[in-house]
Amino acid sequence: MSQQTIEQTTTEAGDSPAAGMEVRNLSAYYGNFLAVKDVSMPIERGKVTALIGPSGCGKSTFIRCLNRLHELNRGARVTGQALLEDQDIYASNVDPVQVRRVIGMVFQKPNPFPMMSIYDNVVAGIKLNNARKSRSELDEIVERSLQGAALWDEVKDKLDHSGASLSGGQQQRLCIARTIAVEPEVVLMDEPCSALDPIATFKIEELIAELKERYTIALVTHNMQQAARVSDYTAFLLSGEERYGRLVEYGPTEQIFTRPQEAETEAYITGKFG
Amino acid sequence: MREEQVVEISGETRPRTFAGDRTTGKSRHALILQGDTRFRFRKAISGLMAAIVAACTVFGVAILWIILGYVLVRGLPALDLAFFTERPMPYGEVGGGVAPAILGSLYLIAVACAIGLPLAVMTAIYLSEYAHGRFGDAVRFVIDLLAGLPSIVVGVFVWTLIVINTGSFSGLAGAVALAIIMIPIVARTVEAILNLVPNSMREASLALGVPTWKTIIRVVLPAAKSGIITGVVLAMARAGGETAPLLMTTLGNQFFNFDLMQPMAALPVQIYNYAVAPYADWHTKAWGSALVLITLIGLLSLLTRWAVRSQKLVES
Repeated sequence: MSQQTIEQTTTEAGDSPAAGMEVRNLSAYYGNFLAVKDVSMPIERGKVTALIGPSGCGKSTFIRCLNRLHELNRGARVTGQALLEDQDIYASNVDPVQVRRVIGMVFQKPNPFPMMSIYDNVVAGIKLNNARKSRSELDEIVERSLQGAALWDEVKDKLDHSGASLSGGQQQRLCIARTIAVEPEVVLMDEPCSALDPIATFKIEELIAELKERYTIALVTHNMQQAARVSDYTAFLLSGEERYGRLVEYGPTEQIFTRPQEAETEAYITGKFG
Repeated sequence: MREEQVVEISGETRPRTFAGDRTTGKSRHALILQGDTRFRFRKAISGLMAAIVAACTVFGVAILWIILGYVLVRGLPALDLAFFTERPMPYGEVGGGVAPAILGSLYLIAVACAIGLPLAVMTAIYLSEYAHGRFGDAVRFVIDLLAGLPSIVVGVFVWTLIVINTGSFSGLAGAVALAIIMIPIVARTVEAILNLVPNSMREASLALGVPTWKTIIRVVLPAAKSGIITGVVLAMARAGGETAPLLMTTLGNQFFNFDLMQPMAALPVQIYNYAVAPYADWHTKAWGSALVLITLIGLLSLLTRWAVRSQKLVES
């Protein structure tokens, strides 16, 4: 039933870009350790939402809750709700595997499959799920996804080369191509540029601006300038003396960086700590 | 000025302001960098240690080469066409070959792999991907115990379990014994290899909406392929050379036999039987069989290395 709901959302969104999310009272635990407490915030459809905060504030943990990846850690669990449009992805009848097909993720360190070619990396999500596609359909998906990830021109003549043969920035764009090849609604990005040089970072940032035309994006970054450059909304997370991370402030990016409502936010964005 | 900083050299420690030695005309930096007698001593010790390590290596490898050379010298005269194609002659007669034993050994290893590898690889997958609590540690401990079990004990166990119950020595009993010997080796090496597969690769697959089991089969196992093959070959080599458990299970056979329920010939058993017999011709044949066994295992390793290397080329 739940699978149908999610798949329906997918097909309905054919014309309108992507689907939004709504997080309600979400808390994340590692065993008995509370890592993120009681976060409620929207992730607006077709926008880029940046999650900023100092190291260890739980922003990566939080974003990994949005596609149910967090719970794969041993002893990890999540309470609260995360709605994709109207469907709670944590409802008991929702299959986490289906959630991850609809909500894709790009990781901090580029992680293309080293034993696969560039071509196979792009269609990995389709092939590994045994979706029946003809060669020409796959060719089309590969070209569309690589173009979507602004990598096509650089690799179109060496699609049979190993994904590991690319540079770090190219690998990260390959990972983005792989993620959008399965046509998700939401793309989560966990510090996608932190392992890249400034030029590769710039390319990814340009790409993010293009991607939000078709996908809803949530972006974890420890780089405040990056958040200011690419995001429409910004959430500031902080773990103070209480050890767990909490949402201090959420709002339009411009407001967070020019007129923050909370003293902690202002202290952080002006570089007083963190 | 330099002149003012000159300080007498006294003993081991030199003051930081030391500027040079007027009597020898050496500059400050020459004196610091050129070292002293302790430096020369350390260099000598370093050279000595490197020599000892190299000598030990040469000694260890030399023993292996001496064994190989001796087996070669004693075994080569036994090798002729009949040795590879004919069955052994009755007691006291000269001639014949060990073809049943060569085929029997290969057959036994193949059956042992068929029985043991699925169990071992799945155990490894369980330990690496699922078992993280105390139960997993208990399983690991038991597997390590099993790996250290004397092979004669395995032989006795299988003899009690299969030979007694079926009323006959059999190839099947031998294959089961070899499988029991292979399982802990394969399980532990494959587990170690699977643990080396970076978690980011599993996450990459899971984040694409690929179920866990498919991630293991399609991503984790292929990434660990070369290591898995190496572990399997190690276990096959070990099983191929086992004698004690086979004496109690397959018994050996002078005739061609491919019925798993009947006694079967195997190279180690053949070597043992020939070696303890009082005939010079059989002694030569024992050496020849040993040479064949070593060559088979060597070929196996070479094939693996080749397979693993060609795979690595694809990766890079």
